[in-house]
Amino acid sequence: MSLPPLVEPAAELTVDEVRRYSRHLIIPDVGMDGQKRLKNAKVLVVGAGGLGSPALLYLAAAGVGTLGIIDFDVVDESNLQRQIIHGQSDIDRPKAESARDSIRETNPNVEVVLHTERLDSGNAFEIFEPYDLIVDGTDNFATRYLVNDAAVLLGKPYVWGSIYRFDGQASVFWAEHGPCYRCLYPEPPPPGMVPSCAEGGVLGVLCASIGSIQVNEAIKLLAGFGEPLVGRLMIYDALEMSYRSVKVRKDPECPLCGKNPTITELIDYEAFCGTVSDEAQAAALGSTITPLELKEKIDRGDDFVLVDVREPNEYEIVRIPGSVLIPKGEFLNGEALSKLPQDRQVVLHCKSGGRSAEALAVLKGAGFADAVHVGGGVLGWIKQVDPSLPAY
Amino acid sequence: MRPMRVTVNGETREIDAGSSVAEVVALLTSAPSGVAVALNGEVVSRGAWERTPLASGDRVDVLTAVQGG
Repeated sequence: MSLPPLVEPAAELTVDEVRRYSRHLIIPDVGMDGQKRLKNAKVLVVGAGGLGSPALLYLAAAGVGTLGIIDFDVVDESNLQRQIIHGQSDIDRPKAESARDSIRETNPNVEVVLHTERLDSGNAFEIFEPYDLIVDGTDNFATRYLVNDAAVLLGKPYVWGSIYRFDGQASVFWAEHGPCYRCLYPEPPPPGMVPSCAEGGVLGVLCASIGSIQVNEAIKLLAGFGEPLVGRLMIYDALEMSYRSVKVRKDPECPLCGKNPTITELIDYEAFCGTVSDEAQAAALGSTITPLELKEKIDRGDDFVLVDVREPNEYEIVRIPGSVLIPKGEFLNGEALSKLPQDRQVVLHCKSGGRSAEALAVLKGAGFADAVHVGGGVLGWIKQVDPSLPAY
Repeated sequence: MRPMRVTVNGETREIDAGSSVAEVVALLTSAPSGVAVALNGEVVSRGAWERTPLASGDRVDVLTAVQGG
């Protein structure tokens, strides 16, 4: 199924542009016509992070005339292992500004539009409206469902990609011609079930593998050649080094793009995805201590056991002195309970407080009434108590 | 129930003849949200899992949504 080009061609290419894009122009499928369409195209990239970095650089190099960047975050040192649009001197700068500067160096012909606010249900329509196509490179389920719903409700196509450790998935969602994200995944996994890249890690180069698929598809849609990735899900496994695709059909029962839609406007996506489960929130209420309070407990010589619920490789990177490791999974399957003392207080912590709240809910349910967790986790400990330790 | 062989995420498994997609998913995870299932290379929409039976030799891929970017 080939689709007509999304964008009308620009009137002409300048002499400079003909020189710059010559390797495109001599491909018959692209040609002057395709390159003029790219010149006229307006693409919004949501997130200037792992996927957004290669996506923005290649879209810019390819000659997409207008690139919008939406990102409210600043560059962190731990981004540089994969977010190649940013460099050492960009640390602490807004990602959108850093990305704009790299794009200017890559291709000064590109007009860059910055959106430095957080994308939400109140501004998504207004931000998306001027663009022909959206590229989704966000890092959380809530924003992914927001991008999907806004694109479907506006009738715009978007190129979706997501990554974790060695695995990547990509597709083009365009409700007019095929399924949407909700046809594939009607709802997100339960909170805490599927880790983010910050929790589980990601192979840096995986961003390029998936980001380049997204750009490939974006260019095809804009200029109108090839077989678009509409109605197919690409699945990439970097360990096996395999790409395969499965067909995805429009779900007639889809609540957003099906026959009888129940979602007709943007919703509260934080509530829909629930960053922390209701049980964990309830458990943490009144049972959360600060890193400084933990330090005071240690200095006072209180009788308690400090349990780190992260993964062994995280424990190896940095740990709070005196902690013992029991990963969160052992709380969820119940194995942890037999390892814990009944007669001493249990204090849980993780990286930033999410996983320890989930584990705390299990402990409270098993009768450990005085158990608490450390809000902010080991990152909070590093910030407030011992800045000499490495944050990750 | 007679057993039959299907391939689930690349591994051969014996399951009851006539098992549905939903029953195979339940073997792998207790939380079916955030999961997509492809049967012989084609995604079965969530609402059709219960009414989609498997046949001997079927290839089932159970995919998990990831959020990273």
